Amino acid sequence: MTGYSALSLARQALTGHRSWPAAWRAPEPRARYQVVIIGGGGHGLATAYYLAKTYGITDVAVLEKGWIGGGNTGRNTAIVRSNYLLTANSHFYEHSLKLWEGLSADLNFNVMFSQRGMVNIAHSNAEVSALHRRGNAMRLNGVDAELLSRDDLGRLMPGLDLSPQARFPILGGLIQKRGGTARHDAVAWGYARAADARGVDIIQNCEVTALRREGDRVTGVETTRGLISADKVAICVAGDSGRLAAMAGLRLPMESHVLQALVSEPVKPMLDVVAVSGALHVYINQSDKGELVMGGDIDGSNSYAQRGDPHTLDHVVESAVALFPAIRRLRMMRSWGGTVDMSMDGSPIITRLPVAGLYLNGGWCYGGFKGTPAAGTALAHLVATDQPHPVATRFTLERFDAGDLLDERGSGSSPWMH
Amino acid sequence: MRIPCPCCGPRAMAEFSYGGADLSRPVASLPLDAPSAPDAEWNDYVYRRDNPAGAHRELWFHAAGCRRWFVARRDTRTNDFLSEAGA
Repeated sequence: MTGYSALSLARQALTGHRSWPAAWRAPEPRARYQVVIIGGGGHGLATAYYLAKTYGITDVAVLEKGWIGGGNTGRNTAIVRSNYLLTANSHFYEHSLKLWEGLSADLNFNVMFSQRGMVNIAHSNAEVSALHRRGNAMRLNGVDAELLSRDDLGRLMPGLDLSPQARFPILGGLIQKRGGTARHDAVAWGYARAADARGVDIIQNCEVTALRREGDRVTGVETTRGLISADKVAICVAGDSGRLAAMAGLRLPMESHVLQALVSEPVKPMLDVVAVSGALHVYINQSDKGELVMGGDIDGSNSYAQRGDPHTLDHVVESAVALFPAIRRLRMMRSWGGTVDMSMDGSPIITRLPVAGLYLNGGWCYGGFKGTPAAGTALAHLVATDQPHPVATRFTLERFDAGDLLDERGSGSSPWMH
Repeated sequence: MRIPCPCCGPRAMAEFSYGGADLSRPVASLPLDAPSAPDAEWNDYVYRRDNPAGAHRELWFHAAGCRRWFVARRDTRTNDFLSEAGA
């Protein structure tokens, strides 16, 4: 692998950028690997990278049915934060955020991680109290958090409607200054390039059609490009987790739903933080290209369609306009949907499955993108050692049997409510 | 997405609330005796889902219409409703 640097950039510029080498190989799948990872999104690629880097396991293939980063990795709103209430989630996502802070240097690939600040907006006294509680919980867990007054919010976001006539008047907020955004495609590409450089085979257009088992042990996968044997198989397929689990005869505490997002036409810089209103169900930030990127809730009914209903987008846009009236005449350029893996308590699952050698990473709900580095770390640790990573000990399947849930939102076993 | 309400006909999705998969609840014998409750069955009922990519039996509530609950079958890959049945 040729390292990327200012020098390499200058050298390539002299020759018109015509001789950059491919960032990763396109190998034919071999008949056998030590570890096969199903799913070439950020999570699968990160898992391969950390298996190679931290545990020295390089006999690894990442199988992707389409192109890498073409699923939820390329469909999210690119927000990174660790402002969680529950201790287990707080520790996990803070571990992730710390990895994000060094990720570009670690991967030698600019993931454009921008710690522009993550602001939660409160519209009622109850919400202000909830943000106090969340902020205190974060600080007790060693995560940065600062309460914001209305005046603070006005200084941070001049476009925010702080008037008492606002549809939902704003009372205060909470900021995590270390939160922000990253370039989501670059995360897939950076992990792919770094994993490939350590010997991992990234195999695109290779869909897994069945799992091979002998007794209670997995022995490989059948794919559209032939049979591939493996000692260990890790499932990292987000919304398709249920389909893969069904191949092993398992039912998961999970449902697949469609989560939509949209972007406006690009405008001059007007918003340099990530703004979230829980009451209005909207999150909004401005990309480096100037587009306003926004999203809201899932549509609510089980879906594998990767597209949703317009009324969900109406709600997102109405909420965004209620916060920032100046954007009301912006045109929306694109909308899209991704299939998210909504777990029954709103928290992820990184676990061994009852079939020996088979592992699952799923149940990410809205939070998969920001969890990418830590999910890769935790799953690599689990696959390499058969022990849960210290920051992911609670993300088991057994918690559902024991009633020991991680219900961050407190909405119970209705996945469409998380 | 237009949802076929058995009472009102096809109406916009925004008028409806979703009730999740149509599941049959395990039998609970009265008086309730917690230690002898069938844990595995109840656990499956509360937490585990088939989550099919294809035909899915599910509950809908026509909240902004006739306010009737009903069961529908929908293909989760295409959002096509396959049949309808009152509940």
